[in-house]
Amino acid sequence: MNRRLFAALLIGGAASGAARLLAATEPGIEVSVAASRFEYTPDKVKGKVGVPLTFVLTSLDRIHGFKMPEFGIRTDIVPDKETRVTITPTKPGTFTFFCDIFCGDGHEDMAGTLVVEG
Amino acid sequence: MQQTDRRQFLKLAGLAGVTFTAGLFPRGPADAQSGDFHFVQFSDTHWGYKGAANPDAEHTLERAVATVNGLATKPDFIVFTGDLTHTTDDGKLRRERMQRFKEIVSALSVKDVRFMPGEHDASLDKGEAFKEFFGATHWTFDHKGVHFIALDNVSDPGAKLGDEQLAWLAADLKQRKTDDRIVVFTHRPLFDLVPNWDWATADGAKAVALLMPYQNVVVFYGHIHQEHHHMTGHIAHHAAKSLIFPQAAPGTAPKRPPPPPFDASLAPLGTRDVAMAKAVTITELPVVKA
Repeated sequence: MNRRLFAALLIGGAASGAARLLAATEPGIEVSVAASRFEYTPDKVKGKVGVPLTFVLTSLDRIHGFKMPEFGIRTDIVPDKETRVTITPTKPGTFTFFCDIFCGDGHEDMAGTLVVEG
Repeated sequence: MQQTDRRQFLKLAGLAGVTFTAGLFPRGPADAQSGDFHFVQFSDTHWGYKGAANPDAEHTLERAVATVNGLATKPDFIVFTGDLTHTTDDGKLRRERMQRFKEIVSALSVKDVRFMPGEHDASLDKGEAFKEFFGATHWTFDHKGVHFIALDNVSDPGAKLGDEQLAWLAADLKQRKTDDRIVVFTHRPLFDLVPNWDWATADGAKAVALLMPYQNVVVFYGHIHQEHHHMTGHIAHHAAKSLIFPQAAPGTAPKRPPPPPFDASLAPLGTRDVAMAKAVTITELPVVKA
């Protein structure tokens, strides 16, 4: 995947100091996350400070959102399409990712947690 | 209406609501002839909800209607700021809930009643059913020297106002003088209250920027199921309680906690009376159990 495509996926990422583009040659972590009403699987993800983390996002049913305000990123997750979003955490802590496209009764509970270790 | 009169009529109505007063029109009314008046805000009635957070759900809305009908001085109008019904994937059931909701609120003795959608009403079908029952999802009207604007930040499931509506808002505001009194109704907060809990409007900052040149603007909204007051510059934003269940206080956990256990007194639920004069006075109206 080239840098231009990464840039398209990182909607709003430039607004946050916590998110940076992943260079193609830079080692990092990849984690696959499947979205379905009203959960992410897995809903707990681990990351490390300074290590690029790529979410490989798929949807099992309908369009969902994936938003992490602390990292300035959000994207749609569309069925039958793999969506990749990369962040590089700059500090340890617990961060939430959640669906920001209303998807029904239970939408409000559709969230997961990223735990970043130092 | 004078402050003392309002206290008197609320006392007569047996309502011991908490009153919040602020100089919400900081520059004062633009029109010296503007008359004082009051209106009532209902929000987040979620008709059709069934669950442990409110076992009284089938009756709470009716109780609130009775409470407001019992006010000694009738409000000039009533506004519902969204989530009239609880969401469902079934379009037929959604319409049945809207129909029943309409029947219940038809018992309001005040007949000037205005409706806005919440995401539970409109986000799954882009407002289609809501429009069938309640008309437009964003609108304006003028009343006794105050310009009211209802913004729809829910029909787009991504919680956006959208460029078209923002252009509509800009065109409407161009017709106003900068010291006009303007009241905005929305469902979601226009500012980033708790983005992690989805308590925000994706492009709400654009609406606030359009409103910022106007000196006397107040925003009333719902969505968060509790009383909350916030300022963006000189613009005050006031969230209303719901009529179904309360939510956790903003930002108290990384993920939004589930609603607290049901309080049989219904104390966390209610509507609010808003008196419009030089200062705007908000009086919370608890649901009165028969």
